[in-house]
Amino acid sequence: MHSPVLEVKNLAVEFGSGAGRVRAVDDVSFDVRPGETLAIVGESGSGKSVTALSLLRLVPTPPGRICAGEILFHGEDLLKASEASIRSIRGNRIAMIFQEPMSSLNPALTVGLQIAEPLQLHGKLTWAKAFERARELLGKVRIPDAARRVNAHPHQFSGGMRQRAMIAMALACKPNLIIADEPTTALDVTVQAQILSLLKNLTKETNAALILITHDLGVVARYADRVCVMYAGRVVESGSAQDIYANPQHPYTLGLMASIPRLDQEAGQRLTPIDGQPPDLAALPKGCAFEPRCRFAMARCRRERPALESQGGRHYRACFADVSC
Amino acid sequence: MWAYTLRRLLALIPTLVFASLIVFATVRMIPGDVIDMMLSQNDTSAGQKDREQLEQALGLDQPVYIQYFRWLGGVARGDFGHSLWQNTPVLDQILARLPITFELGLLAIIIGLVIAVPIGVLSALRQDTTGDYLMRSLSILMLAVPSFWVGTMVMVFPSIWWGWAPALVYVPFTQDPLANLGHMLTPALILGMSLSAITMRMMRTMMLEVLRQDYIRTAWAKGLNERTIVVRHALRNALIPVITLIGIQAPLVIGGAVIIEQIFVIPGMGLLLLDAVGQRDYPVIAGVFLVVGVAVMLINLIVDLSYGLFDPKVRYR
Ligand SMILES: Nc1ncnc2c1ncn2[C@@H]1O[C@H](COP(=O)(O)OP(=O)(O)OP(=O)(O)O)[C@@H](O)[C@H]1O
Ligand code: SF4
Ligand SMILES: [Mg+2]
Repeated sequence: MHSPVLEVKNLAVEFGSGAGRVRAVDDVSFDVRPGETLAIVGESGSGKSVTALSLLRLVPTPPGRICAGEILFHGEDLLKASEASIRSIRGNRIAMIFQEPMSSLNPALTVGLQIAEPLQLHGKLTWAKAFERARELLGKVRIPDAARRVNAHPHQFSGGMRQRAMIAMALACKPNLIIADEPTTALDVTVQAQILSLLKNLTKETNAALILITHDLGVVARYADRVCVMYAGRVVESGSAQDIYANPQHPYTLGLMASIPRLDQEAGQRLTPIDGQPPDLAALPKGCAFEPRCRFAMARCRRERPALESQGGRHYRACFADVSC
Repeated sequence: MWAYTLRRLLALIPTLVFASLIVFATVRMIPGDVIDMMLSQNDTSAGQKDREQLEQALGLDQPVYIQYFRWLGGVARGDFGHSLWQNTPVLDQILARLPITFELGLLAIIIGLVIAVPIGVLSALRQDTTGDYLMRSLSILMLAVPSFWVGTMVMVFPSIWWGWAPALVYVPFTQDPLANLGHMLTPALILGMSLSAITMRMMRTMMLEVLRQDYIRTAWAKGLNERTIVVRHALRNALIPVITLIGIQAPLVIGGAVIIEQIFVIPGMGLLLLDAVGQRDYPVIAGVFLVVGVAVMLINLIVDLSYGLFDPKVRYR
């Protein structure tokens, strides 16, 4: 087996200060290997985006602050890297695709220029060569009439086309790791499948690792090799997609599984699968954060916080109860 | 775009007619009467007969609304009437002075932008630092201090302290560009500084707004450095509303020019207007206002057209 491209150890991120301080990401650890797709799932506010942003040190500071942990990229801790060396990794060896295709491209610049930019910067290409490459990349992400569209502005593109352009931009420098934060949530269903397949195929071509953040467990089943389930800023269960689907070991994961959309449901809708309110990060219980909503809760859960423990192999969970049924 | 421009130009006409009506009416409300002034200048014992003769000669014996329609008809044919005092065509007087005020205004706007844009951007980038507070206080100060006061101070104090005073002899640009700019620079700087106060705050606000946008985060994620992000990705987007401000400031520039021209003895529209008001020279006053109105509207049209350069989404329909 290859050594991991990225290894995250005990990452913690806080927002705000004083009484209003919240820990949006707490003690999160995971790794991804070349060619692997890691899905991070969890409901809104569970800290998925903040985790993704911290990997490239893009958490807005202030109010945010990465306060603990290590982010090892090919063994080098990005949290200790200089500003210049993290810049030389961004968009070059680690690329990111964001959720909002409508606002993630600069309205004032042509799509071609925005794709050519990382090539000119990291690839040391001339602008002319970089534009040439941008045109090829647009073709590669199957934008029809790429030669003409390369000079278009983002407002002339549909949402799906913009996300394809974002993918082209992310792939431009053949990164070792691509982080896609809910890349299809804003798109309609037919387009979603196309975009995800495209992303998956293109990463396979370069054997890049992919971190795919999503709400949608259907997406996880189809595209992920490994899965991290997050709740209230912590990883509550992680394992292979097989482990998570066939043998979920955390009550929250069980709840998520029970809520996988059925055919008669409107597709793409955001689900609140489990009874009760999502946790308030500013007032987390002392014990297990899931306790107020948990079917299996017992006295111990209120006192102690369960640690992430191996269930055998690379399947981990953080829970005291025996949930096998 | 040409159709759009033409339509905008046609839309100016009713506005101008309305504006001219107001101008024409208010000018007559200025206390004091031109006839009295003319008569008292020549002859203190002028009688009723002289007065009637003079009124007739100047066309002031007619009811005001007839005077207005006569004047409007003239304007439509490009005849703004004659000055009551000099008997020269009003249009000639205005055209001789328009380029001077235009130069002053343009210089002031350019200086205003040159001061405001970099400071506004820096202020946004270093939000809430001491530098930011200093620059914001400075802008409030520049907003609060009237330019006539600054102008007067600049006239008075340097000459007392260093025996230096700004040049007060107007030299046409075509005759000696350097001497001309030397004369214009101080007043343009004073006007420009007062303009830059608002522009600077606007620039800062817009820059802060743009820096929070998702596409700026994308730019960071590409590995670009701060300078490239600001210059290539943020500035263009932040400038769009700032450009609008230039259109809004046009009347301010002209208002400021009236006073500054007086202080620095620049023979522009402002001085022409002040003299005309002093002498109750109605056709000149009305003509100046009309030309200024047209100028303000044209500047706003040009500003609207220039959006296309900055914002690719703009289509003129
Ligand atoms: N800019 C910010 N300022 C303050 N708090 C923030 C900020 N960004 C995130 N947070 C905090 O971090 C928590 C986790 O946010 P995050 O965006 O990671 O959630 P998410 O899992 O990506 O949710 P979603 O599915 O809605 O995208 C938020 O609930 C909020 O408390
Ligand atoms: S630790 Fe307790 S409360 Fe938390 S998930 Fe497990 S059983 Fe539920
Ligand atoms: Mg998110």
